Amino acid sequence: MTIRHHLSDQLLMAYAAGQLPEAFSLVVAAHLSLCDDCRAQADSFDAVGGAVLEEAGEIAMGEDALARTLARIEWLPRAAAPKPRRAAGIFPAPLVDYVGGDLPAVRWRRVGGGVRQAILPTDRDATARLLYIPAGTAVPDHGHRGLELTLVLQGAFADETDRFSRGDVEIADEALEHTPVALAGQDCICLAATDAPLRFRGLIPRLAQPLFRI
Amino acid sequence: MLRRKKDGLVSSEDETDWAALLLRVRDHQDRAAFAVLFRHFAPRVKAFLMKSGAGASLAEECAQDVMAVLWQKAHLFDPARASVATWVYTIARNRRINALRRARRAEPEELDWGPAPEPDQAEALETRQETERLGRALAALPTPQRTLIERAFYGELSHSEIAAETGLPLGTIKSRIRLALDKLRHRMGEGPKRT
Ligand SMILES: [Zn+2]
Ligand SMILES: [Zn+2]
Repeated sequence: MTIRHHLSDQLLMAYAAGQLPEAFSLVVAAHLSLCDDCRAQADSFDAVGGAVLEEAGEIAMGEDALARTLARIEWLPRAAAPKPRRAAGIFPAPLVDYVGGDLPAVRWRRVGGGVRQAILPTDRDATARLLYIPAGTAVPDHGHRGLELTLVLQGAFADETDRFSRGDVEIADEALEHTPVALAGQDCICLAATDAPLRFRGLIPRLAQPLFRI
Repeated sequence: MLRRKKDGLVSSEDETDWAALLLRVRDHQDRAAFAVLFRHFAPRVKAFLMKSGAGASLAEECAQDVMAVLWQKAHLFDPARASVATWVYTIARNRRINALRRARRAEPEELDWGPAPEPDQAEALETRQETERLGRALAALPTPQRTLIERAFYGELSHSEIAAETGLPLGTIKSRIRLALDKLRHRMGEGPKRT
């Protein structure tokens, strides 16, 4: 598998700094599970955080802080061996955590045109959803008010900018208006996160918008 | 300041081998080693959390939590992959997300190999040296750029501000941190192949 579309440095840094809304952090964690280049880059940004922590200065802990912490670790369960957290299906492990399983566990809802979606539970700063787009089907033409990250998990889609297949992330913002089309051959499944509602050009999807939280 | 200990692990403030101490915690539940780590890192975590907007008592409580997690998860620490400071930072960051934003942060899958039972000394040393070089590179940045980086990690910049901020010296940082990628590739070659 060759991934051609990666996360930006700005997103990786925001993830390392702990500043991404949960929905975006899910897309980032899912991509990092599939992409070793971005994982190494993310580790490097963590190291920047380590350097910042070292230089953050010192504020004295309470008198009994060490004693209290030592008393506490007395009662902590002995650390268990790391549980293998490797996905066997098409969903990377962090996504499995949110869905409660792999593809069969998804509770899809129809949004028209054969497209189905499932909204995942995250904080309200942004929305994460799984999208199921039958092969050859188009997602309605839309623009973005904020940031949209789309990670392909199965199949492939193409839009005005390029072609995206498993592991690829498309980063779309206000500047992009696009019509993603699932390529023929295999139904396309994506994980998408947005921090503002999309702007649809056609009348029908706009009417349906409040209903489906697209 | 020189603080000699009989096991020779602590020589001076600057040269303390934090990773060796943490491995003693990991392998022997060594409370003395933990105490040394605590005295160094807990006040820094507290300062970091207060710069992130936590009040003194919340920061104190969370710093104790972070150090307790350090003890509890010592078995996951891999000195070839991260310095202790980096590792403490990731625990403190996640604690901050839970405590201040009441949200969570999705974490990627574990790597295939996990921490090696016998860490490669050379790799661990390389990680430590690279981390020190990174620290020096950050310290050498012009103040406005360094401040931006610090503010980002203290959680003062939102993700959209980070994306919009053109003054972030990401290029400078990246040239310093290529090692992580090279090291990962090296270990990928050794580890079991991913499917
Ligand atoms: Zn990538
Ligand atoms: Zn879009």
